[in-house]
Amino acid sequence: MTEITMVEAIRDTLSYEMERDERVMVLGEDVGKTGGVFRATDGLYEQFGNHRVVDMPLAEGPIIGASVGLAISGLLPVAEIQFMGFTHNAFNQIVAQLSRIRYRSWGSLSTQVTIRTPYGGGIRAPEMHSDSFVAHFAHCPGLKVVAPANPADAKGLLLSSIRDPDPVMFLEPLRGYRLISGEVPEGEYEVPLGKARVAREGKDCTVIAWSAAVEVAKKAADLAEEKGISVEVVDLRSLVPLDMPTLQESVLKTGRVVVLQEASFTGGFAAEVMSSLHEDEGIFYSLQAPMRRVCGLDTPYPVQMIEPDYLVTEERVLSAILSTVES
Amino acid sequence: MSQDKNNLPAEITVNLPTEPYQVLDQSGNLVVDHAPLDDETVLKGLRAILLGRRFDELCIKLQRRGLMVTFAPGIGQEACTVGTVLAMDSTRDWFVPQYREAAGQLLHGQPLVNAFLWHMGSPIGFVITPGLKMLPPQAGVAGHIGHAVGLAWGLMLQGKTDVVTAHFGDGATSQGDFYEPLNLSGVMKAPAILFCQNNNWAISVPRQSQTASPTLAQKAVAAGIPGIHVDGNDLMAVYQVTKAAVDRARRGDGPTLIEGVTYRLGIHTTADDSSRYEPEELREMWKDRDPVIRLQLYLEQRGCWTEEIGEKMESEISTELDQAWAEAQKFPDATAAESLTHVFAEMTPRLQQQYDELKGESDND
Repeated sequence: MTEITMVEAIRDTLSYEMERDERVMVLGEDVGKTGGVFRATDGLYEQFGNHRVVDMPLAEGPIIGASVGLAISGLLPVAEIQFMGFTHNAFNQIVAQLSRIRYRSWGSLSTQVTIRTPYGGGIRAPEMHSDSFVAHFAHCPGLKVVAPANPADAKGLLLSSIRDPDPVMFLEPLRGYRLISGEVPEGEYEVPLGKARVAREGKDCTVIAWSAAVEVAKKAADLAEEKGISVEVVDLRSLVPLDMPTLQESVLKTGRVVVLQEASFTGGFAAEVMSSLHEDEGIFYSLQAPMRRVCGLDTPYPVQMIEPDYLVTEERVLSAILSTVES
Repeated sequence: MSQDKNNLPAEITVNLPTEPYQVLDQSGNLVVDHAPLDDETVLKGLRAILLGRRFDELCIKLQRRGLMVTFAPGIGQEACTVGTVLAMDSTRDWFVPQYREAAGQLLHGQPLVNAFLWHMGSPIGFVITPGLKMLPPQAGVAGHIGHAVGLAWGLMLQGKTDVVTAHFGDGATSQGDFYEPLNLSGVMKAPAILFCQNNNWAISVPRQSQTASPTLAQKAVAAGIPGIHVDGNDLMAVYQVTKAAVDRARRGDGPTLIEGVTYRLGIHTTADDSSRYEPEELREMWKDRDPVIRLQLYLEQRGCWTEEIGEKMESEISTELDQAWAEAQKFPDATAAESLTHVFAEMTPRLQQQYDELKGESDND
């Protein structure tokens, strides 16, 4: 197998599934002729035509609102929101509409819609283009939220998301689009939603991360190893549903926890992970040190000059690991 | 350059008819050459309006007795939805309501029992029964317009010729959730009929405070689609313009925005006191324009309406409502545990945990 990048894996998977199932369509801003601003839909327009790869008017609300109706009509929309910061414009249609159709109709209607959107900073982008409000969506009943960290999982999770009968937010790592490469299985390859992955084995401390932060966690683990500390990295892959058994197994082994979150600190998904662990009596009594989290600052996503100090870096993660081991 | 050549460019102005299209005047006289509906269908429409109205009146009473949740009646504006449904083919076309459209929903095929259950706070009220081409009532103002456009577009993409109608009020036209899908519908040529029931009130805020536009129909101009301004209390006029829009959509010629000029002859909801803001003389003026009055006068002229026919119709409606209300009361209460099974097709581990906890509690009761 040859190595491909995240964005190539996403593109190939869309092509694969559209070839296999003619109900699948892609819609969003600039997804057509130009193939998406990150080229995640490159060539699909030529391959499948303008009825299945649709350049939408520049308004995120009706990209999702129309997807609700398209799904009810029998199609399987894969909507691209160009940057996660633009989901703010579609917030109402995502959390008040798309996610509730099944519940509202008491199971008589469903909306099989996948929303693909890149998030997380580190690419010196303008304001709004680096927002990471993952917790908004994880907090919304009726939405599944997944965030792959490597090309193989991008394929496996994207296939599972498109085929899942309910709406899925598929979060793509902005800075990992071309930076992260890896081998991707050919043909059928599904990664089930709700299954975490041990990305690196260790015994002294568990670092929990998802998306681009997994690479940061692994680098920090390498640095810790030089200091004689064995770090286990758990890649959540799926925030909703959350794979508690995998987390429990790891934390019972290590007794120490650091959770990484690219978004600002307060009210983020790291807090949900920590609370879920804390509520487990077995884990609570097995902890050797207070849990720590490494997050962005409680500011709006900063301008480029300040961005380096906001990012979750391996140095900050290492420092958190050391503080749990030394406490 | 001379001063003359340096004038400001011409302003773009829109000159649209501001008098809504009419077929029947307030006295029940035809103001066009031919009635677009035969007497039998007019009677059917009148019955549907009356069923919707009696349903609303009964629900208000039941709400006052504590048997129903907050209720939004559509009294006075029923001709908008009933005229639309008469123009559709309910076996294939979709009806996408806001929350004040009982008359149209019932004519379209929503079971009366389900309509009662909705207002009793039961989730069964939102169930789309097999074959019913309808979306559940929408509590978010304008939230459903994009769904209707997407649904229409999706049907078109699959080579079908079914059309979708969506109803909403004048307040909805201030929302981005109105403008954005309206624009999209034009781009995609979606077979959608977006029907604004301009009933003059968005709770307490009057129509003139929503927009400086002389009409709401003219908002279609910016989207590049046809806009029609019609007397929303004139069943035959609503039918006629909607039928033309439905035919156009079915032919593949795209969407239409219709503004039906009507009036909310009642409260916004049972939680509202319209005497705080509604001028009494305005209400009185609109009472004379009630869609029911002009239909009865028209049918009377046609020899199809007598006191006896009216009494018989009311008595049938009353029986129908009583039976459905009795049936609705027999429905078992929905449970929180079951609600957990309707969030996703399959419960997540955490939903399952909450389900088990609730089930454990109910088993211990």
